[in-house]
Amino acid sequence: MGAMKEFLNSLLLKELFQGLVVTGRYMFARKITIQYPEEKTPQSNRFRGLHALRRYPNGEERCIACKLCEAVCPALAITIESGERDDGSRRTTRYDIDLTKCIFCGYCEEACPVDAIVLTREFEYHGEVRGDLYYTKQMLLAVGERNEAQIAKDREQDAPYR
Amino acid sequence: MEAQFLQIVQMLQGFFGPVWPLVYTLLKIVGIILPLLLCVAYLTLAERKVIGAMQVRLGPNVVGPWGLLQPIADGLKLVFKEIIVPTQASKGIYFVGPALAFATALAAWAVVPFSEGWVLANVDAGVLYILAITSVGIYSIIIAGWASNSKYPFFAAMRSASQMVSYEIAMGFALVCVLMVSASLNLSDIVHVQGKGRFVDMGLGFLSWNWLPLLPMFLVFLISGIAETNRAPFDVVEGESEIVAGHMVEYSGMAFALFFLGEYSAMILVSVMTTIFFLGGWLSPVGFLPDSFVWLAAKTSFVLFLFLWFRATFPRYRYDQIMRLGWKIFVPLCMFWVLVVGIWMMSPLNIWK
Repeated sequence: MGAMKEFLNSLLLKELFQGLVVTGRYMFARKITIQYPEEKTPQSNRFRGLHALRRYPNGEERCIACKLCEAVCPALAITIESGERDDGSRRTTRYDIDLTKCIFCGYCEEACPVDAIVLTREFEYHGEVRGDLYYTKQMLLAVGERNEAQIAKDREQDAPYR
Repeated sequence: MEAQFLQIVQMLQGFFGPVWPLVYTLLKIVGIILPLLLCVAYLTLAERKVIGAMQVRLGPNVVGPWGLLQPIADGLKLVFKEIIVPTQASKGIYFVGPALAFATALAAWAVVPFSEGWVLANVDAGVLYILAITSVGIYSIIIAGWASNSKYPFFAAMRSASQMVSYEIAMGFALVCVLMVSASLNLSDIVHVQGKGRFVDMGLGFLSWNWLPLLPMFLVFLISGIAETNRAPFDVVEGESEIVAGHMVEYSGMAFALFFLGEYSAMILVSVMTTIFFLGGWLSPVGFLPDSFVWLAAKTSFVLFLFLWFRATFPRYRYDQIMRLGWKIFVPLCMFWVLVVGIWMMSPLNIWK
């Protein structure tokens, strides 16, 4: 009897019709496409995008050249050189991130004792020639300046969980 | 309207003189081919839209309103691409392949009746003509696969040779049933026969079409048609995931486009054939609406939609499963049904007198 039933089911294409019903139903389902440049998915406040170097509200650089980020970076993307500034404080003379090496793990941000290096929500950037994705200290500070409001807001929101 | 048309025809007749029949036929051919190519173009868009919808996506919607200019953009892109001929390819035959695919897919349209009397060549052996022409179409794939002198196209050629030959037999047998009940090889007559019977008198024409009394043959014909045109789930010839693009691997630009045009016009052709043989051609489904070309177009679109629906639903058959389905299920089923129809026609219950 079971074999007979199976024979009939396959002859009458039972399972194929069931499949057709499924796709037929989905044809009228609400489409989940995000039409990217016009529409965007919401981002988390922990989003890990382009790096930035921050400043204190009085304009002083936060980075104290402790090199913890350089040490923790698993991709060896960060290069730091430090020196004494005119006022005697320890500062970076070079702070480069090679974005082609970076894996956006966020360890540099976690390691930083002064919240100097952070990852921003910015992810729509590109390089046109090879060197374009090698970000220097000035470029990172510029990223920080144009995103400071968003960066500060995100850190504040996330602070209770850290 | 009619009178004006006749007047214009007479004027042109006077202008061209003795070559007029030739010119007139050429005009009619252009009148069939141009709309057909437009249909092919928009079938590709419809395919992407329908499959997109079934996969909960939107499909192309950027080029033009609702993506309506997408096929034009695709066509332009292909026209401007270079046609690369592999060094080791057999040069002459290499170009015969796509040309044959395209030409045969168009040539078969000569005998297709679009409405009462709307047919380019109302030949009595129309069914044989279509079968013969579509059989030649298979050679395009075999030739392309061989001429490319490359491994994947050659695999495709081998696969298509066996697959299409197997399914042609099932298709032919399904048609034998249709020919038995309509007692004619003329496509227009086959449609006329479907417009007679008890249900037509009751105003329910759609129940007297061949699909109902020959339901198993309708399904066999539809499925064989999908296999004949190498559409999913029988697309082992193209087989993107296994052999890249099968016979089209070495083709680019317009040569590639010709294969595509051929494939899609073959799809439309098979749909029209299904409509004519089983769904009553241009006949109206109900008594109170007139018969017209619109019905043929609507039914053909429905069959084409089925093609797209199947493609969005079913995974590709394995090669041995295709052979099993063709030879061990369809051919015996068809033979059995030929017998059933024969007995039916000889019995007092015959409905096709």
